[in-house]
Amino acid sequence: MQLEARDIGFRYGNGAWLFRGVNLTVKPGEIVGIVGPSGQGKTTFARILAGFEEPIEGTVTLDGFSVQNKGYYPVQLVFQHPEKAINPRWKMHKSLHEGWKPDQALLDTFGIEREWLTRWPGELSGGELQRFCVLRALGPETRFLIADEMTTMLDAITQAQIWHAVLEISRKRNMGIVVISHEAKLIERLCDRVIELV
Amino acid sequence: MPILEVKNLSVAFTQYTTGFKQKSHQVISDLNVTLEAGKILAVVGASGSGKSLLAHAILGVLPTNAKVSGSMTYVGEELTHARKIALRGKEIALVPQSVNYLDPLMKVGKQVRTSVRTGDPKEAQKNVFERYHLKPEVEGMYPFELSGGMARRTLLSTAIVSGAKVIIADEPTPGLDPTVMKEALGNFRELADSGCAVMLITHDIDSALSIADEIAVFYAGTTVEIAPVTDFTGKGEALRHPYSKALWRALPQNDFIPIKGSQPHSSALPPGCLFEPRCPWATSDCRKGRPEMRELRDGTVRCIHAT
Amino acid sequence: MLSTPEEKNKQPLLNQRRRMLLTIVIALLFLLSVVLGGLFLDEGRIATNLNERNVPPSFDHLFGTDWLGRDMFTRTIMGLSLSIGVGLLGATGSALIALVLGMTAASMGRVADRVISWIIDLFLSVPHLVTLILIAFTLGGGFKGIVIGLMLTHWPSLARVVRAEVLQVRSAEYVQMSKQMGKPRWWIALHHILPHISPQILIGFMLLFPHVILHEAAVTFLGLGLSPHEPAIGIILSESMKYLSSGMWWLAFFPGLCLLIVVRTFDQIGEYLRTLIDPTRAHE
Repeated sequence: MQLEARDIGFRYGNGAWLFRGVNLTVKPGEIVGIVGPSGQGKTTFARILAGFEEPIEGTVTLDGFSVQNKGYYPVQLVFQHPEKAINPRWKMHKSLHEGWKPDQALLDTFGIEREWLTRWPGELSGGELQRFCVLRALGPETRFLIADEMTTMLDAITQAQIWHAVLEISRKRNMGIVVISHEAKLIERLCDRVIELV
Repeated sequence: MPILEVKNLSVAFTQYTTGFKQKSHQVISDLNVTLEAGKILAVVGASGSGKSLLAHAILGVLPTNAKVSGSMTYVGEELTHARKIALRGKEIALVPQSVNYLDPLMKVGKQVRTSVRTGDPKEAQKNVFERYHLKPEVEGMYPFELSGGMARRTLLSTAIVSGAKVIIADEPTPGLDPTVMKEALGNFRELADSGCAVMLITHDIDSALSIADEIAVFYAGTTVEIAPVTDFTGKGEALRHPYSKALWRALPQNDFIPIKGSQPHSSALPPGCLFEPRCPWATSDCRKGRPEMRELRDGTVRCIHAT
Repeated sequence: MLSTPEEKNKQPLLNQRRRMLLTIVIALLFLLSVVLGGLFLDEGRIATNLNERNVPPSFDHLFGTDWLGRDMFTRTIMGLSLSIGVGLLGATGSALIALVLGMTAASMGRVADRVISWIIDLFLSVPHLVTLILIAFTLGGGFKGIVIGLMLTHWPSLARVVRAEVLQVRSAEYVQMSKQMGKPRWWIALHHILPHISPQILIGFMLLFPHVILHEAAVTFLGLGLSPHEPAIGIILSESMKYLSSGMWWLAFFPGLCLLIVVRTFDQIGEYLRTLIDPTRAHE
């Protein structure tokens, strides 16, 4: 399955174009980096790829077909701030199991301890929460993962742990990844190729 | 002489578990840091390691369910709670991370002027805006009209015109692109060079290295190592503590290989050395008690095996 | 919320949360005893008894008697009991209207939002005591008129809060995420949105209560509410005004004080509930 964004343009209301004519193709198993200065709409582009937002111009297709916006979306997004992506009134197991039920082996891969499942989100650190968010997004129907500054707020060890787990799954399932980050060294380490959004 | 010295600081929170039971969480244990004039101390560590709480403890803004022990001195004198209140925003200033800390309904020029304590506020504000390349028309703008970079420079200006001797910056740079980041960090270096003591709290070792003089590595609520910046090089051979070494090696530009496990939770700290469960050097001696901070090669370390 | 953490090191016998819950329980018991008292007190004590007219407070008649020899204590309790009943109905109705309109405005598209917001603004632009009098008067006063009037006039500010909360939680990342994971609309409304606003509704309801009781008393005092035969607080107060100048202070003093205490009790329960439920303040 191939993810293709063609001639994407976006703006709010009648405001200035945030970006226009952006093209991106991601093959299964491929890891593509997106870089560019702040305020160029990288996050909006990520939201469009993951179906959170409709582009004003252009199309996003999977294998040439536009994606049905009902049921599980095969392109999943992981945000920068895990505290915002988890319902504060739910215990962690409910959040983790909202889309699917990962097995124990996967919990181990992500270093999620059993005991964390019965906690409230406020009792876990950002690094611990982000492990849940990433694993939650990796349901069996996920074909592409969009990582928007996914580990920017985390320390180096947690960052490396999460990325190693994600890369392992990507290899196993032939899942494509789009990495958005300001950290040139991380992009260089992870990606097969890099495109610049200006 | 150090301007600000924190000795054996411990902070515990009492929290409700289920119903009415309260439990104590040790979030900072036996922490020591020293800030000196003209120097930047970077505090690095994972989220939940107590970095921000240290800043809150210094400023006296911990929530009411916190229990604090240990001592803090400011220019040689005991820093009591009343003194913290008197000094914060004047001699000890915080540079917060986001625009949300500006008053949305007040023009930014006026906000900066209200922090001026000596001399002509108007003059001081004009000078500081010029210094940080903020155009004269910016003073008449409201916070929502500022770009991210301008807002950060405004926050910094507010801290500077107050004439503070100690600047505490809490995660001032996450998610910035390299150019803006470099500028923001450069501002802190300038501040230190003009005689301030700066404490830069960040989880990003890379940016800390580019401007700091010393790095304090936090783990599970305590300092495991304080080392000069120059020790962070190569494979981390010069570093003293196994956690600092692991942190250094996990960077994408180094090995990008993490150690296993995660930082212990404040409600379930190990009995001995806090890093013992994940440590490659651990022996039975490590379980016998918390190691003290000790001097080692121009730095300090909290590990009985470090050489 | 900043105080000196250093001085808070001693652990009191009852922690804050226990004390608040204890206060809430005592307050509820107090209100319950007032309601039960109103139901079970001897009707005979408020019958006309011309032998014991205008008696000042004594052990026989705690609050004294009025110009017809009726026991003021019994009348006050019955009046309060009636007021609490009216308040309960009025506040429940208002909270329900607020919930429905707020949710509809926030989730049924732009037209619904415009219309409902316009109605909210309309109601808020007129003092609701005036609207209440109009509605109660149109419906011919009495118990039904005042209750419907109260229901129809006290919802707008709560509806506005509900609308804002729903809008906010709908744009939360975890709700958008849920949609992308294929969760249907009703599921999201039930699991994400309703639990988020239910504390607001509960607290809003508790804070509406005293408001509703006071307005009921005010309208009745003006003679547009409950009929003069009912022992309502508003009627007691309005009648007592005539006798104030003759030195019979107890006629207005005790019923007024009791009304104040009941209203304050509800207020306090609402405030404490807010503190207990709010996660950012829950550990104080």
